[in-house]
Amino acid sequence: MARMRVRQAIAAALADAMREDGSVLLFGEDVAAAEGPFKTSEGLLAEFGPLRVRDTPISEMGFVGAAVGAAAVGMRPVVEIMFMEFLGVALDQLVTEAAKFRYLSNGRVSVPLVVRASIGSGLGFGTQHSQTLENWLTATPGLKVAVPSDAQTAYGLLRAAIRDPDPVAILEPRALYAERGECVTGEEGIVPLGTARVVREGDAVTVVALGQTVRAAVSAAERLGTGVEVIDLSTLVPWDRDTVLASVARTGRLVVVEESPSSGGWGSEVVSAVTAAAFRALQAPPFRITAPDVPVPYNRGLEARFSPSVDEVEYQLKTYLDTGEVPDPWWRREGVAA
Amino acid sequence: MTLVRSNDPERRRAALADPVARYERMYEIRRFEDRVNDLFARGAIHGTTHLCAGQEALDVSLALELRPTDTVSATYRGHGIALALGMTVHSVLAEIMGKADGCTGGVGGSMHLSDPDVGLLPTFAIVGAGLPVAAGAALAYQTRGEDHVAVCVFGDGAANIGAFHEALNLAAVWKLPVVFVCDNNVYAEYSRIDLTTPLSDLHRRAGSYDIPGVPVDGMDVTATRAVLAEAVARARAGEGPTLVEAKTYRFAGHSRADQATYRPAGELERWRERDPLTLARAELLAAGAASEDDLTALEKAVGEDLDAVADAVAALPDPEPAAMFRNVWAAA
Ligand SMILES: Cc1ncc(C[n+]2csc(CCOP(=O)(O)OP(=O)(O)O)c2C)c(N)n1
Repeated sequence: MARMRVRQAIAAALADAMREDGSVLLFGEDVAAAEGPFKTSEGLLAEFGPLRVRDTPISEMGFVGAAVGAAAVGMRPVVEIMFMEFLGVALDQLVTEAAKFRYLSNGRVSVPLVVRASIGSGLGFGTQHSQTLENWLTATPGLKVAVPSDAQTAYGLLRAAIRDPDPVAILEPRALYAERGECVTGEEGIVPLGTARVVREGDAVTVVALGQTVRAAVSAAERLGTGVEVIDLSTLVPWDRDTVLASVARTGRLVVVEESPSSGGWGSEVVSAVTAAAFRALQAPPFRITAPDVPVPYNRGLEARFSPSVDEVEYQLKTYLDTGEVPDPWWRREGVAA
Repeated sequence: MTLVRSNDPERRRAALADPVARYERMYEIRRFEDRVNDLFARGAIHGTTHLCAGQEALDVSLALELRPTDTVSATYRGHGIALALGMTVHSVLAEIMGKADGCTGGVGGSMHLSDPDVGLLPTFAIVGAGLPVAAGAALAYQTRGEDHVAVCVFGDGAANIGAFHEALNLAAVWKLPVVFVCDNNVYAEYSRIDLTTPLSDLHRRAGSYDIPGVPVDGMDVTATRAVLAEAVARARAGEGPTLVEAKTYRFAGHSRADQATYRPAGELERWRERDPLTLARAELLAAGAASEDDLTALEKAVGEDLDAVADAVAALPDPEPAAMFRNVWAAA
């Protein structure tokens, strides 16, 4: 166990995976000589050399596609997409090529590819560099999607993804790169894909959070005292229904906290599945706390309001627990938007 | 009073016909970038920024050769282009500071400046995304029989993305009135061009699309202006696209946090000897268009006026929460 920043945990996971398996490669813009725009590949070029750690041109379609090809013939490439938006120009290669090769080869071609991309608001990078966008990927059979929330999950999910025989997207909340936390490395530190984690126990409401919203949910839960159970979902595809259902069976209430705009969010999937499977266990309607359906605004104050804040999550949970009703989001309460 | 204080984009743009005013605008851009850098360092601006110091000659040349009815797509390194095209210091700085008075009301920030009145589309933070969009604007002009021109400014790094090739090919095969201006400032983030691109004379790529590819010394405003004038005239006359490669240098690091430690020793200093401001200044003096005293006085006045505008902008209010809900859709 060591204390490290999230970006160091990622570099540690890459280094451990590369030491363990000679087929693991890393490519991306400025990942080698500059050691990563977010310093997530510190020391890797020095240790593994330029054949295994490569700087690419600004050619996302080219290098994601190259990773698909390398994976299809037996390597285990990890590709870094600096901001998830840049995956837009390479989406075909990931969604329509990588994620379909197994299916289209009668199971004979595996694509053990990891695409890491940074996501999320909070750093003032403006609309085209602040979105969360996991929803671009979650509707893609054949592709796994995971989102770390701290150093341990950053290390553990990445290790699991690199060993996974299928393409996995790891979406890293960039506002967390500098956060420090305890991190177990090595075999014990691996976090299996598809397992959620109860980060805080409680019996009055189950709060499902992901990535950056885990912090907001835990802080709000602490302010409210006992009763709030917080689950870090960690993997979106496939998501851990058992852990969520077992929790809701105990608490009878479900709230999902998402950073993305409301429409099309993954939380709808969780609410729908839980409602169908555990309707009778529910004592109140399940609901979602999300960002509004707007692009991420730049101004500091507006950006802070965009993503569910601790205050907002606290208010929503308290009102829900007190009244059994689903509260309006802040923009409706304040009469700012419908 | 200098043009810095003018809140009239049309007047700011029209003034560029005068060579002294051109120098004034280049100097204004340089001082503006220094000021932005300083505001970031003091925490008065959040997020990130990409400074264009070193590229002023290109910015001003573009504004000179285009009409406000032409369209410009530029990148996140766009403060200079916005100011050159006539956008006011107030509107651009207010946007960078996230103020309600900024050109997008504070929701855009440094990477997303725009003003249809001067022909500037919202600037592009996705590398290369502006090239096909510029081709599309040109397609509209061609279809409607107008003699407007679309210009796309992009970096050397952008020449490696698929959009570059697709846009050049489309524009060439359809003979669109567009000028692709590659601002080859040697670096893409932390990577020198020769580490990511097999040729450093990017204008040679025009050959693959059978269109003219023209290099120019992008530090020299007169030379740059002449090359752009020809490319714009070609486009206006319906003769199709041109790829112009302006050889420039990025004086600052890539973005706010970058100290550019990857530069070889002496490189910056060599380029600084050809600072576009120094060259333009010397040219004015040689032509007798202004005296040393005139220019020194002008520089002092621009600096003071910029400080005054910056102080006024800093005191402006932030946008209300309702601002983030505006303009997602057309007003009902
Ligand atoms: C599609 C895409 N990939 C990566 C980036 C990250 N990025 C931003 S600027 C930049 C370098 C661009 O270099 P260049 O085109 O030479 O322009 P310059 O910054 O030098 O003006 C990169 C890689 C991006 N914005 N968009």
